[in-house]
Amino acid sequence: MSESEPGLPERVPDDWAGQPVPAGPPEPATAPVPGTPLASPSNSPLDPVKGFGVTFRTMFKPVVTEDYPRNPRPPASRYHGRHQLNRHPDGLEKCVGCELCAWACPADAIFVEGADNTEEARFSPGERYAKNYQINYLRCIGCGLCIEACPTRSLTMTNEYELADDERQRLIWTKDMLLAPLADGMEQPPHPMRLGDEQDYYANGPDFLRDLETRQAGGAR
Amino acid sequence: MTQVATPPAGTPEQEPPGPPPGHVRLTIDGVQVDAPKGELVIRAAERIGTAIPRFCDHPLLDPVGACRQCLVEVEMGGRKMPKPQAACTQTVADGMVVNTQLSSPVAEQAQRSNLEFLLLNHPLDCPICDKGGECPLQNQTLANGPSASRLRDPKRVFTKPIPVSTQILLDRERCVLCQRCTRFSAQIAGDRFIDLLERGSAQQIGINRTEPFQSYFSGNTIQICPVGALTSAAYRFRARPFDLVSTPTTCEHCASGCSLRTDSRAGGITRRLAADDPQVNEEWNCDKGRFAFTYLRQGDRLTQPLVRNADGMLRPASWTDAMAAAARGLLQARDAGGVGVLPGGRVSVTDAYAYAKFARVALRSNDIDFRVRDTPVLDNGAEEAGFLARRVVGRGPGRGGVTHQELEHAPAVLLVGFEPEDESPIVFLRLRKAVRSRGLAVFAVGALATRGLEKLDGTLLPATPGTEPAVLAGLTREGTADTGLGEAAAAARNRLGAALRSAGAVLLVGERAAAVPGLLTAVETLADATGARIGWVPRRAGDRGALEVGAFPTLLPGGRPVTDAAARAEVEAAWGVPVPETPGRDTGGILAAVRDGDLSGLVIGGVDPADLPDPGAALTAVTAASFVVSLEIRASAVTELADVVLPVAAAPEKPGAFMNWEGRMRPFAAVLPEVGRLDEGRVLDTLGVEMDVDLYTQTPAAAAGELGRLGGWPAERTAAAIDPAGPVRSGPPESHGLTPHDKVLTSWRPLLDGGRMTDGEPALAGTARPEVVRLSAASAQALGVVDGAPVTVRGPGGGLTLPVAVTEPMRTDAVWLPARVGGRPLSAWIGTSAGHAVRVMAGAGIGREAR
Repeated sequence: MSESEPGLPERVPDDWAGQPVPAGPPEPATAPVPGTPLASPSNSPLDPVKGFGVTFRTMFKPVVTEDYPRNPRPPASRYHGRHQLNRHPDGLEKCVGCELCAWACPADAIFVEGADNTEEARFSPGERYAKNYQINYLRCIGCGLCIEACPTRSLTMTNEYELADDERQRLIWTKDMLLAPLADGMEQPPHPMRLGDEQDYYANGPDFLRDLETRQAGGAR
Repeated sequence: MTQVATPPAGTPEQEPPGPPPGHVRLTIDGVQVDAPKGELVIRAAERIGTAIPRFCDHPLLDPVGACRQCLVEVEMGGRKMPKPQAACTQTVADGMVVNTQLSSPVAEQAQRSNLEFLLLNHPLDCPICDKGGECPLQNQTLANGPSASRLRDPKRVFTKPIPVSTQILLDRERCVLCQRCTRFSAQIAGDRFIDLLERGSAQQIGINRTEPFQSYFSGNTIQICPVGALTSAAYRFRARPFDLVSTPTTCEHCASGCSLRTDSRAGGITRRLAADDPQVNEEWNCDKGRFAFTYLRQGDRLTQPLVRNADGMLRPASWTDAMAAAARGLLQARDAGGVGVLPGGRVSVTDAYAYAKFARVALRSNDIDFRVRDTPVLDNGAEEAGFLARRVVGRGPGRGGVTHQELEHAPAVLLVGFEPEDESPIVFLRLRKAVRSRGLAVFAVGALATRGLEKLDGTLLPATPGTEPAVLAGLTREGTADTGLGEAAAAARNRLGAALRSAGAVLLVGERAAAVPGLLTAVETLADATGARIGWVPRRAGDRGALEVGAFPTLLPGGRPVTDAAARAEVEAAWGVPVPETPGRDTGGILAAVRDGDLSGLVIGGVDPADLPDPGAALTAVTAASFVVSLEIRASAVTELADVVLPVAAAPEKPGAFMNWEGRMRPFAAVLPEVGRLDEGRVLDTLGVEMDVDLYTQTPAAAAGELGRLGGWPAERTAAAIDPAGPVRSGPPESHGLTPHDKVLTSWRPLLDGGRMTDGEPALAGTARPEVVRLSAASAQALGVVDGAPVTVRGPGGGLTLPVAVTEPMRTDAVWLPARVGGRPLSAWIGTSAGHAVRVMAGAGIGREAR
């Protein structure tokens, strides 16, 4: 943490080796002996107001604190915020309920129960979907191993970090809360596979995504 | 298995001794090994701690060398074999030098390449595969496999999954053609419903489209599949291995007492697997034991005590109130005439002990009987009680009892009133193993040759139901002149008579044998005449233990006869209270006494009235009783009529032990201790306290401790104290004076017949055998029906129409029906049970129709 962001005051590095600190006023040659009074008679009479100098100087620098919650700062784009379960362009869930995220989780924060897709009720392409998906944000440490483990890019992390609450029950997020909202052209599952067979969903995933983006861009125009 | 003779370091001047007799000496990875002749290299390597990778190899199946994963380099007489050899088919030889993947780059490369080959067409669907996380192929690929595929072409694709039966799904893409499933089905189960089809890259496992995989043992193929090609419909996508908590348990379904591994997740059982127990079930179990555990979570589970209020309605009550009400009612009933106890055959050993002690100490009576079956207990059970006391109680492994392993080494086994495949499937597997490997001769006395007997290569000694004692009596005679037997049957009989005299021969007697007057006596006579030993195989898991701990009208714990003053004194010393000295009533006697007002109360455990010979009469008796306490896990016809209903723990919810038919203790741990249900020992102990007596059965451990202190009673003294078989009720068998259309009914319960303990598992129910009427070819011809045509069987209570299955060999004066049809006992359909005459008619007769 040696580099400082612009606008932040220069931080004084920790002086481990006992070297004189390069910046700032020179220190007295001798450290005050314990027991001796700090205010010695040799001090300047301006000393009582000198402290205000720091105050005045700082008034003309940009603020360090954030204006939260009125004006929250966006975190870095790869910030590990709360999870999201993504969808295929037709609205089917990408999650296949494989539990690899739960397996990878070092904090045992994820609970998944798989189930069988049927012809009548299909939630994801292929045979398997997550019937039950829960993330316990009391346990989650935001390490992101779950999203690395996810074989279908279903589980990703958003930049949303407002995960505090005063009730434990509400910090267990269930599948309906974690699922991405339905975008343009998406349909609430269960429904049949609209984009071909199971292979197409994975083999042609990038094309679908491009189509979806084009469509969304067209819709926005 | 012999000991590994790793050469001790040092003493170079001493010449090492040669291999022991019957052994050869070979070198594996530079280590000298003595192996018995004929051992496979892969096993010899295992014994020095070298695991050679394998998929098709299984120690209980014949070697096949199908997967080629276990390739090793072999050198004989200083010359290398030209190619790497499969260690799972190569037998050891003297002077052989084997180099596994640990010491040979050639073997290592061969295994690596083979793994790449097996993965060519294996789909990358591990995330959705049920085997993921416990998959040998996945593990070996992670350990030794290539990180990327060199295959540029598309993989072979099959439709998936296809159901090969209602409970097994086949995913052909994942299959590596190791043939473990087909070999299991052909060699172990004898049900060759699944086999290799097609050739080359199209080769696949499959079934005959008209014959699904209807085997009682099919679940084992899921467990031994080294990839995720065969998966369970019931467990599909339920959990991952790391979710599961595994508990070693014992199966609660039959008297074999298989070791199981029960996996649970989040307070519910997800699956059960066969555990490895060489003394009992080896590595197998039956589908009922594997899949039937959903009865626990049926909607009719009892969760809190119920007490009948002043308006005659059952209402939920606190345990305190229910116990007080039960104690009050039982004390009144005891003083008014007495209380009978029917614990049923599902109890654990310690729970049965609690019932036995409760009856004697709190109810001051010997009126307790665990026997619940659909055939009447005859003559107040004297013949059976004597048989059990003389031949069964107190015996076990090392104490004169027959064991599974002794069955395997027996020269001949005679089945009496016992159909192993339906009534104790693990006995069937053990018999079949012996038939295949040692040429065991199996004989059965009965009216028909079943498919199970065919798979045992067995010989039927045909006997019309009721005439079995005469057939057994004839076994001690030679010649054909004095009986009406045919030439072949007489030859079989003579062969059996000789075989039974050789050492180790066994008579396996089912509980149904007690229904035929004189049959158990004939078994004893035969055993005494030939020296053959007797194994008694009841149907339910708790039967044998209940007999042992005195849940029986004439026996106290440890097989102590009630009538023996010395035996009573021992029990009285341990319990500190007097023990009633009059023998009690049996199940039928208790119910009749309650109906007639001789007994005024009942304590009933897990007894389904439909399992009794006359369900209507049983329910009448329960209604007639002035006070009934029911200890049940689910609402039933009995709990509806009871005055106090106490919910108890099912087997997976409590620790305990069963005693299997061998007399072997089969302990089990609680799979779901957190549900907090009380076992019967605890409930009865508390009830006892309310009645001012102490049972000391608060926990299974406490009860087991007291049982241990009480100890056994010499089996010879039990036998001596019981009267030798008294006059046996003998009358003309039912086959006398029959018209050609009247036949004697023979029947037993198939393994899967819609019993209450298989509720909630439709996939399992789908593999039940079709319900049919079995008739001999001659009878079918006389009726003018062909295989599959409807036939009506009429009894005093109605008629039942089912398709006919022509069976040979079968007695022409007999007809077979499953003992439950459409989930109801035969008595509910035709008003009679096995051993009685019924009328058989072609076509759908007048009467109630099945289905």
